Amino acid sequence: MSLPSGALLAQSALSGVFIGSMYGLLGMGLGLAWGLLHIINLAHFALAFLAAYLCYQLAGAGGVDPLATLALIVPLFFALGVAVQWLLSRFRVSPLNSLLATFGLMAIVEAAIQYFWTADFRKLESVYSGQKMRLGGLFVPVPELLTLALALLLGFGAWAAMRYTNLGRALRALAEDAPMAAAFGVNRRAHALLLSGACGALAGIAGVCLALSFTLTPSQMYAWVGVVFAAVMLGGLGSPLGPLAAGIIIGVSEAVTMAFLSPSWAPIVSFSLLIALLLLRPGRA
Amino acid sequence: MLPFLRLPAFYESFLYLVFHWIVLATSWNILCGYSGYFSFGHGAFFGAGVYTTAVLAGTFDVPFLWTLPAAGAVAALLGLGLGAVVFRVRHVRGELFALLTLATTFVLATIVLNTPIDGGPGVYLSGVAVPKLAPTPSGTFYMMALVLMIGTVTIAYGIARSRLGVGLFAIHDDEDAAEVMGVPTYGYKLAAFGISCALAGVAGGIQALFVSYVTASGTFNITVPLTVVLMSVLGGTRFWAGPAIGATVITVLLYATTAADQAIVGKAVVGLVLVAAILVMPEGILGRVFARRRRGGPPDRARRSHATTQSAQQAALHSTSRPVTHPAQDAIAPSLPQSLRIDDSDAPAPRSERPVLLSVRGVAKSFKGVRALAGVDLDVREGEILGVIGPNGSGKSTLINVLSGHYHADTGSARFAGIDLLGLPAHRIARAGVARTYQVPRPFAHLTVRDNVALAAMFGGTALDRRHAAEAASHWLDFTALASHADAYPGDLNLHQAKFLELARGLAARPRLLMLDEVLSGLTPAEIDGAVDLIRRIRAQGTTIVLVEHVMRVVTALAERLVVLDQGRVLAEGPTMEVMSRSDVAAAYLGAPRA
Repeated sequence: MSLPSGALLAQSALSGVFIGSMYGLLGMGLGLAWGLLHIINLAHFALAFLAAYLCYQLAGAGGVDPLATLALIVPLFFALGVAVQWLLSRFRVSPLNSLLATFGLMAIVEAAIQYFWTADFRKLESVYSGQKMRLGGLFVPVPELLTLALALLLGFGAWAAMRYTNLGRALRALAEDAPMAAAFGVNRRAHALLLSGACGALAGIAGVCLALSFTLTPSQMYAWVGVVFAAVMLGGLGSPLGPLAAGIIIGVSEAVTMAFLSPSWAPIVSFSLLIALLLLRPGRA
Repeated sequence: MLPFLRLPAFYESFLYLVFHWIVLATSWNILCGYSGYFSFGHGAFFGAGVYTTAVLAGTFDVPFLWTLPAAGAVAALLGLGLGAVVFRVRHVRGELFALLTLATTFVLATIVLNTPIDGGPGVYLSGVAVPKLAPTPSGTFYMMALVLMIGTVTIAYGIARSRLGVGLFAIHDDEDAAEVMGVPTYGYKLAAFGISCALAGVAGGIQALFVSYVTASGTFNITVPLTVVLMSVLGGTRFWAGPAIGATVITVLLYATTAADQAIVGKAVVGLVLVAAILVMPEGILGRVFARRRRGGPPDRARRSHATTQSAQQAALHSTSRPVTHPAQDAIAPSLPQSLRIDDSDAPAPRSERPVLLSVRGVAKSFKGVRALAGVDLDVREGEILGVIGPNGSGKSTLINVLSGHYHADTGSARFAGIDLLGLPAHRIARAGVARTYQVPRPFAHLTVRDNVALAAMFGGTALDRRHAAEAASHWLDFTALASHADAYPGDLNLHQAKFLELARGLAARPRLLMLDEVLSGLTPAEIDGAVDLIRRIRAQGTTIVLVEHVMRVVTALAERLVVLDQGRVLAEGPTMEVMSRSDVAAAYLGAPRA
């Protein structure tokens, strides 16, 4: 174990922040659905990857600016999110069964992706791809910076909406006691569909960020499940900013671990944190 | 048999896979399906078995068959170690337990990948000799998997029919109530977990040789944990045969579409089947089959039994010579009608000579700033009915919860028949002869009424075996006029019957002390009279009763002594009429009188 230089550590920490913001962005939709709708939506990852592949298709083959694809992806995935929620609420699925049913959806979407795009590795080469900025002695890659910016924007936006708007209050009331909220005039179904659509849109945006920064292959969607769940649990269910903060903490600790030890030790950090948290935090979730 | 038919190796390998998944799914179900603790970490224990065999046979040249018990042992130790820590933590259940076990898989994978166990390149077993149990290697694997499969399913069947199984099913429905009824929940969960992990480990050991090249990413991925859950849920988690059916269906589906392009379609089809199954049949294939059979009977039976219950209760009401208590106003007047006076002529011994059965001293319990109990002292004398009253929030239910072991007290002692109850796990308290009922009935929803009562007889102070417990259950169901509902499920009972079921459960263990927590709340006046009568008959058998109640006319009718709690402390204690006429008791309930 060789001691890394200060510059290397700082760069590692910075890259940890960026990967953490990706965890947070993915975790936002997952955590909101889990905390407010009591649905553990594994299909969130599948939708994100579907969006990533769509962005790859449109921006790569079609030559469109990747960020412009959001104009199509956000409404499309809003609709997909609504569809998933409609299906789950129609059958009144329990939280644990929602985990299993969405796992099935994940398998279906993965098969669909593999059918259209094969299992070959796909990398989106866009106008943002190789670009870097310099911040003092550190390199800041533009695609990752975009991810961080989007994550912060969406996180604070969602937090403000939950806190200050009537819609946000209605959602929080529904999460706490749905029958009582309904008795006070909150339309349970409409709000659930709306929130689920928003989570679908968040998955779509996360997918575009994935396409910008990462190489895509269908089986990769499973690789994110564990660490994003860790971020959501650490950050708190139903909180828009919690998973983001937790994701960044996990990302930075992983990156620093990687700098000191070898990269393959990284997963042990987030999962040990998750295990410790689950055991020590009194009665969460 | 099959290998000797010299069929193409495909059939033997295909059946190997079917048996392999049956073993994995059934072993998972032993803990997770029966007790409801859904684990997403089965892959970790499977992987532990894989790597134990890989390292022992591939690296250290240990003969293959000897590595299998080692694989099982390593996996079991891992599971027991994890369980010993995790099962102690009360709030880690449901989804939290699922996530924790999922995290374990990734931690183990990382450790295996980064240490000399694997180190990165994987472990080769191509040099390991396949034992000659059949003419061909594929036949050998078929035989080994067949033996393991038969063993696993037999174990699952055996557990389902044993005390361990009954306890696990109770834990599934209501773990805290099971613990209070005498089920040693921690020990049972650990036992089931250990068995489950050991079987998965052995399956992993065989699989290591079958694939002959083992990698961390191939072993510790999310496929195994999620697939075994899917297979068990599809087949039905409450049944020993459920996972086997689900595993067969899924494996056949997956491998029927293995050819070329169809593999992708196959994956999509499996996903579709899972989604449809979860949405339409959440109770699984076997659950659906058995539910349909059950539904054939009850509707007519329910109507008929309702009529018989009513007549049975009428009979019970009039069976004693005591007049039904007259509904009185709240007035605590010095002179009362005859029917309301305390009548303890049926008590075992004159009041002043009864020995102390339970001696509570200085019991305190706080919940993060709310002091529910602030130092309670009281004595319960053998054979009496002690009334515990007090305004809402005074700590009555907390006291019962602490004495039955549902909560741990912060300080104090409660000496019962020579032992201190506080600090004992709840199931030991139940074994010692203390029982309680819940104010809001907490029956085990998936067990019949009879099985609910039988469970208390099996795990309480009497500790009967299954057959005698069933007989005892019938006796207590007759006593509480629930015999006609014995084969119904608690969900079919109304509140009154559910309360009587609570009473039957409390009595089935023949406790020396029975604590009734607001057993009359929600009952109509006629039902209350029936319940009062029943309580008197319970005491007549020699059971000491602590009666927490709000309904004053009942308290004054039944209890010889009263304890009044207010804000976590004993405010007054003594003979009922004396206590009721004290001004500070009235003030605690109604407020100070205005001058």
